[in-house]
Amino acid sequence: MSDTKRIFIKGNEAISRGALAAGCTCYFGYPITPQNDIPEFLSTEMATVDGEFVQAESEVAAANMLLGAAAGGARAMTTSSSPGVSLMQEAISYMAGSELPGVIVNVNRGGPGLGDIGSSQGDYFQSTRGGGHGDYRTLVLAPGTCQEGYDMMIEAFDLAFKYRNPVLVLADAIVGQMKEPVTPWEPKAADNHGAEDWRIDGAKGREKRLLKSLFLEDGALAGQNRNLQSKYEAMQAEARADVFECDDADLVVVAFGSIGRIVKSTVRRLRSEGKKVGLVRPLTLYPFPSEVLRDLAKKGKRFLTIEQNCGQMVDDVRLSVRGIADSEFHGHMPGDLPGSDDFLAPIIKHLED
Amino acid sequence: MSEKLVFDAPEIMIDRPTHYCPGCHHGVAHRLVGEVLTEMGLVDDTLCVGSIGCSVFIYNYLDVDAVEAPHGRAPAVATGLKRAHKDKFVFTYQGDGDLASIGLAEIVHAANRGEKISVVFVNNTVYGMTGGQMAPTTLEGQKTTTSPNGRSADEHGLAIRMSEIIGGLGGTAYCERVSLDSVKNIRRAKKALRKAFEMQVNGTGFGFVEMLSACPTNWKMDQIAANTRITEEMIPYFPLGVFKDVTKDGEE
Amino acid sequence: MARVEFREERCKGCMLCSTVCPKKIICQSSRFNQQGYKVAEVKAEDMENCTGCTSCALICPDLVIKVYREEKKEK
Repeated sequence: MSDTKRIFIKGNEAISRGALAAGCTCYFGYPITPQNDIPEFLSTEMATVDGEFVQAESEVAAANMLLGAAAGGARAMTTSSSPGVSLMQEAISYMAGSELPGVIVNVNRGGPGLGDIGSSQGDYFQSTRGGGHGDYRTLVLAPGTCQEGYDMMIEAFDLAFKYRNPVLVLADAIVGQMKEPVTPWEPKAADNHGAEDWRIDGAKGREKRLLKSLFLEDGALAGQNRNLQSKYEAMQAEARADVFECDDADLVVVAFGSIGRIVKSTVRRLRSEGKKVGLVRPLTLYPFPSEVLRDLAKKGKRFLTIEQNCGQMVDDVRLSVRGIADSEFHGHMPGDLPGSDDFLAPIIKHLED
Repeated sequence: MSEKLVFDAPEIMIDRPTHYCPGCHHGVAHRLVGEVLTEMGLVDDTLCVGSIGCSVFIYNYLDVDAVEAPHGRAPAVATGLKRAHKDKFVFTYQGDGDLASIGLAEIVHAANRGEKISVVFVNNTVYGMTGGQMAPTTLEGQKTTTSPNGRSADEHGLAIRMSEIIGGLGGTAYCERVSLDSVKNIRRAKKALRKAFEMQVNGTGFGFVEMLSACPTNWKMDQIAANTRITEEMIPYFPLGVFKDVTKDGEE
Repeated sequence: MARVEFREERCKGCMLCSTVCPKKIICQSSRFNQQGYKVAEVKAEDMENCTGCTSCALICPDLVIKVYREEKKEK
């Protein structure tokens, strides 16, 4: 059966294929390294699902096209990399405020500014704290393998419609550009969670619908914000993490994405040497798997957060274990390609401290 | 004597006094859009993409589905929406700050791609909602809150003529500039909207109608003087007429 | 015979209607509506001069004016 046939593809292609499997019918994008494989692949492949492909004039435009298609209830997405995602923030904020579903993929590259075209995790804050203006959040999924790139796209669309919210898939240049075997699979029929009841598609035989984020009447914006906050509360149930070798660990390393995957190799190696170290690899960055970490903290574990930035996820780890434990931090600078050897010394150091 | 009602607001117009200032032509433009949508039988299939400016509240006055777009981005939002619902009628309604300043890339590219949408562009040479700042369409010498000594060619450049630009793009199917300052021009404006909307309905392409309008409040003029300014100052600089019509093959 | 009806609560007193009436029968009244505007009107005695041209209704930005014309007799 073709579903179990593995293909050897780049992470960017896995993400693209996952989107198609998820039932994406509209893609809007703009060229930017290191994710150009995605618009290039989809420029031919969207036609195979009778979908729409638009290379927009800018990331600003692409994100707003996403907003428009989402308003129509379509499974739509855009992809970019760090500087382009910065440009998309206004539209994402509007989507969150108007409660529109959509998927945005950020193949994180080095920053700030033009940065470089290598991997980085420097967009963690941007991804998990809304990113644009106002009190909103997007769900954030963090693939660390090409397979996860595929799988998480299917999850992302589903979550977007379940919560009527934008969902960000935070990949990085390593995941995007590396090639791995991926097993494509078809999910069961897409569930748009009642989109027919809120999308705009012509007010025939019903009251007109208005998708907006402006609330000027006295108390209206407060009401909308309360509404959004209770949604984000409900979203907490979606928190997930890959918990590896933590049961008897003295030190728990917390790492996500490509770094999480590299750290996993390091942990395996250290375990084979008898070291009691484990890994919590968050798969959702928002909602953050705080409960998992807190439970481990209560069992007396110590924590070391490793990420390819100057210290971002470590704040969330510390918040998760506050009052009980703390987290050390080891940052791998954006601009230096990481390898598993890079994390041996810091982990051993913190294990033995 | 029996009489018949020969002029009334079409049903698509929501019976709610508008927030627009006395003498503002948004009310006329909204009504013309409502009339044409009604006459073309499009009301049930219309998706309105509102923009940012005084007319952000268009959704309070037209009884159709609507989505609010960020400032300048309505043509991009309309692109996404039309791609998702090709069989629906999608139009944007934008002012001169929204369309010609922050949204210049979006309108040019939507037109150039030939998106099958219709754009209603209300040009009153000023940023209305935010209190009368200079706009890309502000005329030379015109005083605004950010050009207190009058717009100067040296310092600010001259006013942008949008219809000429849009009319020059490959994907544009219909482009006309009209005015709302007189009954004759209002009748012509309605015909222009119809032509632009037909381009979408017939699958021909992108339609654009620029409507010269007044902003008495920010021009600091009374309503009648403001209306006259359109006739005497705006039309000479922004000439009325059809800048592109692909159905006429070289005519006009 | 034709006549116009002003939905006064909608009027903003801009008086653009008065500039286009070919019979010059529209003027500003001394009445204020709920919105605080001095509304336009056609005095009762002037209504007989109305031709039902709809010019006033066309230029009115506020959907104030309804226009009635005599029903033409069937031939």
